[in-house]
Amino acid sequence: MTTALILVPIGGALWVWITPWKNTRGPGGLALLLALVELALWVGTAANFDFGRGGLQFQTDTVWFEDLGVSYHVGLQDFTLWLVGLTVLVTAAAIGYGFWVGRERPGAYLGLLLFLEGAVIGVFTAQDLLVFYVFWEAMLIPLYVLIGVWGGPGRLGATFKFVAYTMAGSLLMLVAIIAAGLSAGSFDLADASRHQSVWIFLGFAAAFAIKAPLWPFHGWLPDAYRESTPEVAAVLSGVVSKAAGYGFLAIAIPQFPGAVSDWRVPILVLASIGLVYGSLLAFRAPDLRGVIAYSSLAQMNLILIGLFATNASGNDGALLQMVNHGLISAALFLLAGAVERRTATGQLGLLGGMARGRPMLATVLITTGVIALAVPGSTAFAGEFLILNGIFAQGWGWAVVGAVAIVLAAMYMLRLISAVLHEDVGSAVPVEALDLRPAEIGVIVPLVAVLVFLSFWPAAITDHALQLFGGLP
Amino acid sequence: MTRFEQPTIDWAALSPELVLLGGASLCLVVTLFLPWSWRRPFCATVAALCFIGAGVAAGILFAVDDSARSVIADAIQRDRLAELAQILVAGSGLLAVGASLGWERQERSRVGEYYALLLSAAAGMSFFVAASNLMTLFLGLEWFSISLYVLTAIAVESLPSLEAGLKYLIVGSFGSAILLFGSAFVYGATGAIGFEDIAAAAGGADRLLFVIGLALILVGLAFKMSAAPFHMWTPDVYQGAPTPVTAFMSAATKVAALVGTMRLLVTAFPTEARLWTVALAVIACISLAWGNLAALVQTDIKRLLAYSSISHAGFLLIPVAVGTRLGGRALLFYLVSYAAMNVGSFAIVAARERELARPVTFDGLAGLGWERPGFGIAMSLFMFGFIGLPPAGLFLGKFYAFSAAVDRGWTWLAIVGVAATVLSIYYYAGVIGAMYFRHSIEVRIAPAGGSPPRDWALSAAVGAAVVVTVGSFIAAGPLLDIARESVSFLGFPH
Repeated sequence: MTTALILVPIGGALWVWITPWKNTRGPGGLALLLALVELALWVGTAANFDFGRGGLQFQTDTVWFEDLGVSYHVGLQDFTLWLVGLTVLVTAAAIGYGFWVGRERPGAYLGLLLFLEGAVIGVFTAQDLLVFYVFWEAMLIPLYVLIGVWGGPGRLGATFKFVAYTMAGSLLMLVAIIAAGLSAGSFDLADASRHQSVWIFLGFAAAFAIKAPLWPFHGWLPDAYRESTPEVAAVLSGVVSKAAGYGFLAIAIPQFPGAVSDWRVPILVLASIGLVYGSLLAFRAPDLRGVIAYSSLAQMNLILIGLFATNASGNDGALLQMVNHGLISAALFLLAGAVERRTATGQLGLLGGMARGRPMLATVLITTGVIALAVPGSTAFAGEFLILNGIFAQGWGWAVVGAVAIVLAAMYMLRLISAVLHEDVGSAVPVEALDLRPAEIGVIVPLVAVLVFLSFWPAAITDHALQLFGGLP
Repeated sequence: MTRFEQPTIDWAALSPELVLLGGASLCLVVTLFLPWSWRRPFCATVAALCFIGAGVAAGILFAVDDSARSVIADAIQRDRLAELAQILVAGSGLLAVGASLGWERQERSRVGEYYALLLSAAAGMSFFVAASNLMTLFLGLEWFSISLYVLTAIAVESLPSLEAGLKYLIVGSFGSAILLFGSAFVYGATGAIGFEDIAAAAGGADRLLFVIGLALILVGLAFKMSAAPFHMWTPDVYQGAPTPVTAFMSAATKVAALVGTMRLLVTAFPTEARLWTVALAVIACISLAWGNLAALVQTDIKRLLAYSSISHAGFLLIPVAVGTRLGGRALLFYLVSYAAMNVGSFAIVAARERELARPVTFDGLAGLGWERPGFGIAMSLFMFGFIGLPPAGLFLGKFYAFSAAVDRGWTWLAIVGVAATVLSIYYYAGVIGAMYFRHSIEVRIAPAGGSPPRDWALSAAVGAAVVVTVGSFIAAGPLLDIARESVSFLGFPH
C-alpha cells in the first residue's frame, strides 16, 4: 500500500512523459486523474489505518543490497499518514491549477509535479536512511527543472541558489548517514541505536535546517518562492518544506537525544530570531509573494520551536501546524496566482479594492487569512497554542517570543488582506477582472474546507498521532 | 648455457585479448579487398562482434574461475578482478562503436585502421588489468597507450586532432618513461619483477630505492588515470580527439588504470601501505579540487567533461586510497556506472556535434532537451548522476566510496569529496540548464541543414548507457556481489 502510494505518482509521471500527446488537454487530464487516484488511495489507506496500534503499518521490507545492510523499507506511521495526506491534497490542487492555467509543455510540467509528489511521499515513508536520502535528493531534480523552465525572469539565479543551498545541506547529511549507518551496522531506522555523536546530528540538522529553512539558512527562499509558478510555490512551501520538519521529528530528534539537549538552546535562539525576522519582513514586503514567502519562513521557524520543545504538546502542535501551514500557504500561493493573473502584478501598492464585485475571491482570501493569523477557534490557533504550551516547559522566554510573533502574524496577514481586497481600487486592477472562476474555486476551496474542518476538530490529527510522542524525553 | 624453459600458455586466460586482436587483424586486412561502401559496415560489425565476444569470453572466465592464479610464467593473473575489468572495457568499446558508426561517414578512407586501433587499445587494456609483473604491466600500458595516441590523431585533416595526438604522445610517453624508471628502481631494490615476489622481497630491500621506485610508478599511473597534478594533457586531448574516441578513452582508460593501480599497490606494495594510502589520498584531494574548480569556467562541453573526468579520478581514488576490501568493492561498483555514463554523455555530444558541424559549447546545447527529448532525458540522467543524484548507479558508487573512507576512519576524505560534489553541481546543473532553460533560436545556432540523419547506432549506444546507469542503481545488490567476488582474493592492507 505504501509502495503503491509512492509508485502511482512516479509511474504516472513516466506515463505522462512518454505518451506522444496529440491533444493538448490530454496530459493535463491524465495527470489530474492520477493525482485524484492518489488522493483516493490515501483516503483508502487512512480508512484502513489502525490508529490505536501505533508503530509502522503497511510495511514493505525488501533487501536492496545486504553488503552494508540497506533495504527498501517503507511504511506509514500515524503522524506520517497526515503529512502524506497533506502532500496528496496539495499536489492534486497544484496539478489541477496548472492544468487549468494551461502551462507550456503540459506533459513535462505536470509529470514533474507528479514525480515530485512521489518523491515527497517516499521521504515521509522511508524507514531506511539510504532510501530516505534517495527520495530526499529525488525531490530536488523536479524542482530544479520546474523552477528553471517555467519560472519567472529571475529563474536562473533562483534555481542555482536553491540547488546549491539544498545540496550543500543534503551532502552533509549523506556523510552523517554513512557515519550513522556504518556505526550501527544497518541503515534501518528501527535498528539504529541512539547515537551520541554531535557531528552526526549536525549533519542531519544541516540538511533539515536548510530545507525548512531555519534562520539564517533561508537565502534561497525568497527567490525560489517569487520566481516559481504559483502552483510550484504552493507545493514547495506547503509540502516540500514539511519534509524538513518530518526529518527533525522522525530522525534527528528521536535518534540523538544527547545532541538535541546540547543544541536545543542555539537552535531555539535561531528559530526565535527567524520567527520574528520573518514576520517583520512579511510585514514590510512590497509584494504578495514576498508576504507569503516570509510568513512561511516565520511559520516554519515556529514549527521548529515546537519540535525542539521535545515534549508531547510541542510536537503535537508542530505536527498540526505543519498540516495547517501546508494548506494555508498552498491556498495563499494559488490565490496569489489568481490575483496575479488578473492584474499582471503582485505589487501590493498597485493592488487594492478587489473585494467589490468579487465575492468568492474576498471570501476565500479572508477565510484563509483569518485562519493563517491564528484567530482563536481556528486550527492554526490550536497548533500555535500547543506549540507555545510545549515550549513553555523549556522556559517562558521562548513562549513570549512566540506570542509576540502571533501578534506580528495578525499584522502582516491583515495588511495583505486589506492591500488586496480593500482600500482604493489599485491602478493595476482592471475593472473587468473576474471573480474566482469555477476551476479556481474547485482547486482552492477544498484546501480551505479542510482548514475549516480542522478548526472545528483539530483533534482529528492531534488525537490520532500520539504514538511517537509519548516516549520522548 | 642456461636452458630456456618455454612456459605453458593458458590460452583461455588470453582469450579476450586474442578475440580483440583477431578482430583488429580482420579489420586491417580484409578491408583492403572490400569496395568502399562495404568497409564501414563490415568493420563496425566485426568490431562490435569482437567486443561482444571479448566480453562474453571474460564473462565465462568470471563464471568459471573461483580462485586467482598466476599463469604463463607468472606474467598474467587469471582472476575475477581482471575479468570484470575486461568486461567493462569491452562494454565501453561496444558502446563506442555505436557512437562511431555515424561519424565514420566522413572518414571512410581510414575506417579499417580506426576500428583496428579501437580493438587493439581494448586488447591492451585487457592485458594491462591482468598484468602481474612489472614487465607485463608496462607492456600493456604501452600497448593501449600507443593505440590511443594514433586514435587521437586519426582525423588527420583536423588540426586540433593532430595537436591533441602530439600532446598526448609526448606527455604520455613521459608518463610511461617515469613508470619504467620507477620499475627499474623497484627491480634494483628487490631483484624481482613479479608483484608477489616484490612484496616478499620488500623486507630485505634498500628502502630508499624501493620507495623512490614506488613513487615514480605511482606518478606514471597517475598520468594514465589523469589525476591532478598529472592531468595536464587531459583537457586538450579530450577536446581535440574525435568525440567517439574520447568517449572510449575516457571510460576504458579509467577502468584499466584504476584497476591496474589497485592490483599493483595491494599486491606488490602492502609493506608500504602507510605511504601509498596517504599519497593517493593527497592526489585524490588535489584532483577533486583542481578538476572541479577548473570545470567551473569551461564553456566547451568536451573540455568540461574532461575536467569532470579529472575530478572523478579523485572520487575513484578515494576507495583505492583507503586500501580496504570495502574500498575495492566501491571502486568496481563505481566504475560500472561511471564508464556507461561517460560513453553515453560523450556520444550525445558527438550527436550534437554532427548536427551543428562545430564544437559543442553551452550555447550549442541550447534547446537540445526539447528538440531531442530522448537525448535530453539521457543527458540529464548522466549529469545528475555525475553529481551523485539518484537514480544513477553512480549515486550508490559515491555512497560506497564515502562509506569506505568513513569506515577507514578518514571522514575528512569523505568531507573533501562532499565539498567537491557541491562545487560540481554548478557546471553539471549548468549543462542541464543549457539544454532546457534556453531555446536554440535565442542563441541563434544554426543546425547544419535540416533535421539530422537518424543515427540508430548512436541512439542504441546512449540507450544502453542509460540502461546500465539506471540498472546499476536498481540491481545494486547482485552487482555488489560481483564486485565483492572480484576483490575477495586481494590481500588489502587495512
